[in-house]
Amino acid sequence: MKMTIKALVSSVALTVAASSAFAAECIAPANPGGGWDFTCRQIGKILFDIGQVSEPVQVTNMAGGGGGLAFSHVVNERADDADLIVAASSATTTRLAQNAFGGMTADQVRFVGAIGADPGVIVVAADSPFQSLNDLVAAMQADPGSVAFAGGSAVGGFDHLKVLQVAKASGIEAVTKIKYIGVDGGADAITQTVGGFTQGMTGDMSEIVGFIKSGEVRALAVLTEERVPGFEDIPTAREQGVDVVAVNWRGLYVPKNISDDEFNAWAEKLAAVAASDEWKQAMADNGLAPFTKVGGDFQSWVDGVVAETEALSREIGVIQ
Amino acid sequence: MDILANLALGFDIALSPYTFLLAVIGCFLGTIIGALPGLGPSNGVAILIPITFTLGLDAVAALVLLTSVYYGAMYGGRISSILLNIPGDEPAMMTTLDGFPMAKNGRAGDALVISGVASFVGALLATLGLMLLAPLLARVAYLFGPAEYFALYLLAFSTLGGIASSNQAKAALASCAGLGIAMIGLDNTTGMPRFTGGNMHLMDGVDFLVAIVGLFAVSEVFVFIESHGKNSAVGIKLGKVTIPYREIWSTRWTMLRSSVVGFIAGVLPGAGASLGSFLTYMMEKSIAGNKGGFGTGVAKGVAAPEAGNNAAAGGALVPMLTLGVPGSGTTAVLLAVLMTLNITPGPTLFADRPDVVWGLIASLLIANFVLLAMNVPMVKVFVRILSVPPALLLPGVTMISFVGIYSLSGSYFDLVLMIAFGVMGYVFRKLDIPTVPVILGILLGNQMEDNLRRAMVLSDGDWTFLFSSAIANGLWIAAVLGFVAPLFLRRFLKKPELSED
Repeated sequence: MKMTIKALVSSVALTVAASSAFAAECIAPANPGGGWDFTCRQIGKILFDIGQVSEPVQVTNMAGGGGGLAFSHVVNERADDADLIVAASSATTTRLAQNAFGGMTADQVRFVGAIGADPGVIVVAADSPFQSLNDLVAAMQADPGSVAFAGGSAVGGFDHLKVLQVAKASGIEAVTKIKYIGVDGGADAITQTVGGFTQGMTGDMSEIVGFIKSGEVRALAVLTEERVPGFEDIPTAREQGVDVVAVNWRGLYVPKNISDDEFNAWAEKLAAVAASDEWKQAMADNGLAPFTKVGGDFQSWVDGVVAETEALSREIGVIQ
Repeated sequence: MDILANLALGFDIALSPYTFLLAVIGCFLGTIIGALPGLGPSNGVAILIPITFTLGLDAVAALVLLTSVYYGAMYGGRISSILLNIPGDEPAMMTTLDGFPMAKNGRAGDALVISGVASFVGALLATLGLMLLAPLLARVAYLFGPAEYFALYLLAFSTLGGIASSNQAKAALASCAGLGIAMIGLDNTTGMPRFTGGNMHLMDGVDFLVAIVGLFAVSEVFVFIESHGKNSAVGIKLGKVTIPYREIWSTRWTMLRSSVVGFIAGVLPGAGASLGSFLTYMMEKSIAGNKGGFGTGVAKGVAAPEAGNNAAAGGALVPMLTLGVPGSGTTAVLLAVLMTLNITPGPTLFADRPDVVWGLIASLLIANFVLLAMNVPMVKVFVRILSVPPALLLPGVTMISFVGIYSLSGSYFDLVLMIAFGVMGYVFRKLDIPTVPVILGILLGNQMEDNLRRAMVLSDGDWTFLFSSAIANGLWIAAVLGFVAPLFLRRFLKKPELSED
């Protein structure tokens, strides 16, 4: 009895795996639940719903090394697989720039496009004395050690860099004195901030939408060029005289050795997703701002971002 | 009565024949997934996500299916713990301590029934807690900062010594080994890798499922080979299966206490079901004292961890739904599903999508009754496993463990690591060192270290920060008492008997 049940379960699992053999596969380089997983599942679902692919896209979670494991898997084992897409974001380029993928570099894959961006935000608890970004910056200028931030990435990661960028842009020299604790994701960072254990939270817009609506936190600044549609009452950092733009783009890369036609086909499919009503709805529901760059444009933009991040990380001492 | 109206709405959604069928299927699959070593609730739910999309299920139906798998897996984990001494998933680990000795004494059926009822009580109370107190309990997360979390984990570790009553030094040694293994991986406070030897597979640390399957299942194979099958845990005698009403009744307070403690452990993000089952077992053990016979196969010893971990499973849904903070690995997966369905959990979810929340609560209640109805009569089927000759059963279990571990990350590295843990488990068994503290070290060590380091960052290295709140101080007192009390009480109590393993 037990053995037949086991056989049943494993045959179900095998069928799931086998049926995906000819369908496109999207690798989310993290466990289910994060941004990359969201990218794969959402883009995969819409690709199928709008008829860009004939079979549902199979999502594979390949967690490890902050995305490095999936990156090395693609580079070393799947370099010419035209049915493979991999979720990527600012975290991917940040880690590539900081050489966190064991010597692998951004030019070992092709970045096919981004179709949305999660605007960076600086947030305080609703009862915080800081009413504007300038209040917060003034406190940091007076004593960099007096303000502690919580964020969803480890020290040196993208959330931490946002704080350091804001501090640098406001002329603070001792940026490393500013306290930062890396916790398990943006929502956790908010609970630490609302609980009063840290003075500020740095993260992405999508992570704080619910808390802004419920009035438990106050967003001091959004790190975009323009105010974000749907959240027009949150000022940008630029308006407040702090020239920092940091968005966490959501996009894909593909293996290096696929043909240009195959690369362009993915770029077109991605553009179709970006233009679909389903994606617009998903962006609105999750606090993403429009940010569409596909194909060759995106590749050159990514190269620029990697170079900038590397320079910044070196300057603030995250890498030597 | 708002709650009754809401509940009626929930049952209206969840009781359609189609969703009810999904709940039954989910419970069944979940029980099997939970019982298979290496496949726990989190990867069980993750495996089923594509199926919900392929079937085109709407938000409520998908949630019903996945949460019944979740609850089912929490029930199922105990089965292999009791019958094979191999935990089906990490929260069921504590159930091996008394469940397996019971099975060895020919009371496998009793152990399964008692733990099944305890699971039911824990899950039911937790679901009621979720229903009545969720928005209120969400505030609890705001009270726990780095200092409080550190004290909480310290409390768990301070009671570890009592886990193996024969030799506390060995338990301490084992937990140090676990803590050491937990240090492997990316250090959150500096962003630098530690002890990875440049291997990217080790960057995220050692997955505790790999450690559990290695230490319990693979080492069992080594012992089996060495003794030519004579001395193995598998192949214990079968007793007849009846429902031990009187024993269930005698554990009623244990179940109630464990449900409350487990629920609270679940509500705290990051603590989760494993901490729930551990704390409840240790609590009941110290309440019962040495006369309670914990570790030799007593009813309370299986009732406490099972009520605790099932209550924690329900509790973990509180921060997931109200804050969007996953309290455990499985709720992280459920969170992902919700977000894919364009439902954003958070403080406004209860007001924005009452259909989802109350549909979910109603389906949890239904799943719980289905599971009880399914689990108690099925005990007869489960104990039949023991009549499979060990020479067939053990390789089968091992094969499933390999498949389960491979499905975690799809890399053979984890399999090699698992075998290494198997060797470690074998050596530890030979030296009579308990393996449960190793797992706890791995499970909780990282969180404990991270929170200590965060506390030090926030306070500029001022250690008095660790005693800066009433909650932290309360936990410190409990931890010190938990550590010191056995030392002083020992001389007044009868020396515990050495267990046979």
